[in-house]
Parts: sequence; C-alpha cells; structure tokens
Amino acid sequence: MTIAELEKPLDPASWNIQTSMPKLTALTMSAELEELAERRPELVVLTADLASSNGLDSFQRRFPDRFINTGIAEQNMMSIAAGLAASGHIAYVSTFASFASLLCAEQVRTDLAYTRQKVRILSHHAGISMGFYGTSHHAVEDIAITRAMGHMTVVSACDGNAIRGLIRSTIDIDGPVYIRIGRGAEKPVYDDVPDFTHGRFRTLRDGRDATIIATGIGVKAALDAADILADTAPRLSVRVLDAAYIKPIDADAIRAAARETGAILTVEEHNPHGGLGGAVAEILAEGGIAVRFARHALPDEYALVAPPTHLYRHYGLTGDGIATALRTLIGR
Amino acid sequence: MDNAILPRNRAADPRMLEKKADWIRLETIRLVEIAKSGHYSSVFSCAEMFAALYYHTLRLKPADPRWPDRDRFLLGKGHAAIGQYPILAELGYFPEDWLDTYTRLGSPLGDHPDMNKVPGCDFSSGSIGHNLSVGVGMALAARLQQRDFLTWVMIGDGELAEGQVWEAAMAAGHYGLSNLIGIVDANGMGLDGNTEDVMNIEPIAAKFESFGWSTNEIDGHDMQAVLAAFDRAQQSDRPHMIVARTKKGKGVGFMETTPYWHLGFLGPADKAVAVAEIQERLDA
Repeated sequence: MTIAELEKPLDPASWNIQTSMPKLTALTMSAELEELAERRPELVVLTADLASSNGLDSFQRRFPDRFINTGIAEQNMMSIAAGLAASGHIAYVSTFASFASLLCAEQVRTDLAYTRQKVRILSHHAGISMGFYGTSHHAVEDIAITRAMGHMTVVSACDGNAIRGLIRSTIDIDGPVYIRIGRGAEKPVYDDVPDFTHGRFRTLRDGRDATIIATGIGVKAALDAADILADTAPRLSVRVLDAAYIKPIDADAIRAAARETGAILTVEEHNPHGGLGGAVAEILAEGGIAVRFARHALPDEYALVAPPTHLYRHYGLTGDGIATALRTLIGR
Repeated sequence: MDNAILPRNRAADPRMLEKKADWIRLETIRLVEIAKSGHYSSVFSCAEMFAALYYHTLRLKPADPRWPDRDRFLLGKGHAAIGQYPILAELGYFPEDWLDTYTRLGSPLGDHPDMNKVPGCDFSSGSIGHNLSVGVGMALAARLQQRDFLTWVMIGDGELAEGQVWEAAMAAGHYGLSNLIGIVDANGMGLDGNTEDVMNIEPIAAKFESFGWSTNEIDGHDMQAVLAAFDRAQQSDRPHMIVARTKKGKGVGFMETTPYWHLGFLGPADKAVAVAEIQERLDA
C-alpha cells in the first residue's frame, strides 16, 4: 500500500482536505498556472499555508522552485511578491479573499498598486462562500476596496473556465490584478475557457425587457432567473451580462442595456456599497441615464452563519431570489 | 551618457567617505530649506552608511538604473530619502537640478522615495515595516534567476516594532538568504522619544540571530567599522543583519541631544550654526 492509500479515510462518509479537493472542480488556478508556467519562465506562485485548500499544491509538485509558501503571513507574502515582481517576475499570490483584501489592503495598495507591480492576486473563497466559518472568513468588501486603488485591475470569475480565461487574459497587464474567485464548487457557466476582452462584459443571453448584470456566483443564478422569468407569466425576456471585468468597467454595455432594455438589476455577493452595483450606478448617473435600476447584493450587515448554499437561498442569491427582485424592479 | 559599472567594494579612502557623509548632511539641510520641513536627524544617523554604500560597497550602473545585475538598496526608513537624493544625483542617476524641485508641485522627489519617479530608487517606501519583505522577494528573485546581485535593506530601530519585519526575518532565515543584508540604523529614537521607553526592541542582534541570521554590532559613525561590517556581511552563509549603533542628529551638536529634530525646520540662525559645525569638519 502506498502512503497516499494508507492516508485515505476508511469510511466513505469521511473526508479531509486532500480527499475533498477533487470535488472542487471550479478551482482551476493550478491547472492554468501550470500550463502558463511552461512557456512563461518568469511566472512564480506564492501562497500562505493554503496550497492544499486552493489546489496550488499541484503547481508546487510540478514547479517546486517557482513556488513559495510564506506560512501564515499574508502581508509578508504580498510584499515579497512585490520584490519578485520588481525583479522581473510575474507573481501570483493566493489566499482567502478576506485576507487578500482586508488584512493586506495596505501592502496591496502601497507595494503593488502604487508601484505598479505585475502581481496577480488570486483571491479565492470570496463573498460569503466560507459559510459557517463566519465573518472573519467572509469578503464582502473586497470589490469596493480594490476598485478604489489606482493602477488596479479588478476581475471576477463566475466558474472554473472563467478563472482560466481571466488568468490568461490578464497575464501581461501592467500593474496588479485582483482576481475574485469563489470556493470551487460553482456550477459551470462556460462550456469552454472564454476569451475575455479587457474591460468588457460578456453577453450570455440577450433580452428586451430588462438586463441583469451579474458577477461571480451571481452569473449562474442570473441565468437561472432568466429561465424562470421566461417560463412564468408574465413572461419576460431578460438580457444577462457577465461582469467579469469590474475595473475597468464596460460602460458601453451598461449604456446599451439601459437604452435597449430599460431596466438594470445588478447582482453580486458583496456589500451593497462600492461593489459592482455602485460601479454600474456611477456610469448611469454620470451619463444622465434615467433607467429602472436596483442593486441585488447582500445586506449592509454581517452574514448569518450557515452552509454557503443555505446562505445564498436566505439572501436571495439564487434564480428565484433574483427573479423576484427583477419583478419588483420592473413592476410586473 | 557614461555606461560604466561601478564595481562592488571599489577602493575608497575612508576619510573621503567621512567627508561625503558630512556633504550629505549639508545637502539635507539645503533641501529641507526648500520644503520648509524635513527629517534632518534621521539622515544624520545613517549618513556614514549612505556614503559607504554608494561610494564603496554597492555594484551600480547609474546610466541604467534598472540594470538587472545591480545590487539593490531598499530604504525601509523612507523618510531618510532626502539624504539619498543628492547622492543619486551626484552619481548621475538624474540631473542635479531636480534637487531644487524637492517636494514642490509635481517634483519626482518627495519626502518618501517613489521607484517609478526616482531613477536609482529600487523600491518605494514610506509605510514603515514593508521593505524587508520586499527585500526577501528580491533575494528570492536573484536565486531563481541565478544572478549574484545582493539586496541591502536599511531599516530603523523604531521600525522593528512593526510585526511584518519579523515575518520577513523569519522568511529570510527559513530560505537561508545569504544574498540579503540588513542594516538597522539603531539611533535609539523615534518620534516620541527613546525607543527603549516607547517600545523596547532590545536585544536586537539576539532577536535576529534567533531567526536564523548572522549579525554584528558596530558604531555606525566609525567609517572603518562600517566598511569592515559591510565586507563581513557579504561573506555570510545566511542573511546578515548589521546592528549599527548611531546617534540621531549626529554631526550637529544641538540635534544630538533631543529627539524632536526627527522632523523640523532650521531658521536662519540655527541653520548657520549647524552648517558652520559641519563645514568646520569638512575644512579640517
């Protein structure tokens, strides 16, 4: 028997971090970075004692010399990445979104953004996807924080293929990139790795009666909502946009949605202030565009404790929840 | 422009380096005059080490500030950049008339150094406690790229109260970064008084040794001792920390006795006294 086999739990009901990883099919960072590392010798990867939670232990096995584990010292990791990037590397740092955006906000701002380093922040388990781990492990402020940093690009992945597409499309951006990622259990939106265009939303479904601009797990839920709204009376034809790029934001797509559909609902797993909804509202207000508009986000408070799927139901980040919010917005 | 490489540990007369240190003090006084506010004493404590690093120790190529094989120098105590700018200008990194714009609207030269505006500045600083981590990253990069450049990081003793310094110290020890050299400018004073009263950090050398560094402790104003320590640091088989005991405000009598010159401005009469004291040494 190999050591790996010996370490497997005996009871099929048992699980540990190692045995659970294959279920997290949407955590595609390692696969993508391993491919890129083959042809990009300057690529290095850092994590802070989370390689077996984010799957980057696979990268570590394949490229041990280009993998740096800083231990539980996230701020140190960010500044080390700055030093690597200032010496010619493209550095991918990876930790829970709460630590990447809140604990490390100052290192990210001062050492990465101000100095314009090629550091890519793989900020996983964003939003309330850590469920009953509680507020310390939730990140519902990160879009607002990173969006307010000069030189920063902010992107948000809705599934495993989107993670790969966003890593690919941002690799050569001058300056840091904040890549918002879920917990790895997201249902697929994209059948293949999408080809993202810098600063553009992707239209997943066209529609006439309203537009849902969603990001992260909100994208799949928005598609579900569009199905529900198309199938129940009064039937509505809803456009669904994947806000994969939040900064720079796709002002053209926002203006077109307002003009062509007359109503916009934004959907995000984030505090209502300063997130995707805020960014869309800024474009509408500055354009003098009168349109029915609402932000479907988490309430401005700290989330309850529950398994993540229960929380998403509770807070309406589901097809049903979004469909209800959209009907309320447009009054039918 | 001259494309010359200034080699590492190039010959330099210690007496000349001491004079450079006093010239740095005079230049600092001159630049504070423009800003009407500045960190005199934070520069005065490390002026001898600035002189030794830039005119003796570091391998540099002023005509190509981003030359990949240059030795790096990170100034964790970024508020001492006012003493670094005149050196960089004199070495040819940027025109000397930039100094006259110090802190004025749109100047590349602010109180804290900006790597994207100041040629010769290897990393921005200002938020105390970050740069030793950045230095760890650069030392790791040298190892990955199989380059032999050295990364020097100067930090203050007050800076050692920042937790991130010890995260960096732990990482440097863990990775065995013999290409990383730290200098603590232990001038014993922060903004609010003596470091030992505000937040005691002693014993500094023993702390770094327990994190896997080699160390030595010197008088940071004794040029022979500084040169010997810089030489020894480059021979270490692990990260090396030089604990330089210095005097805040060194070189101007009335500044050596009070912590309050950490930040300030000299009116004409006091400036004349300070300049005369320094000039007397230069003329000796």
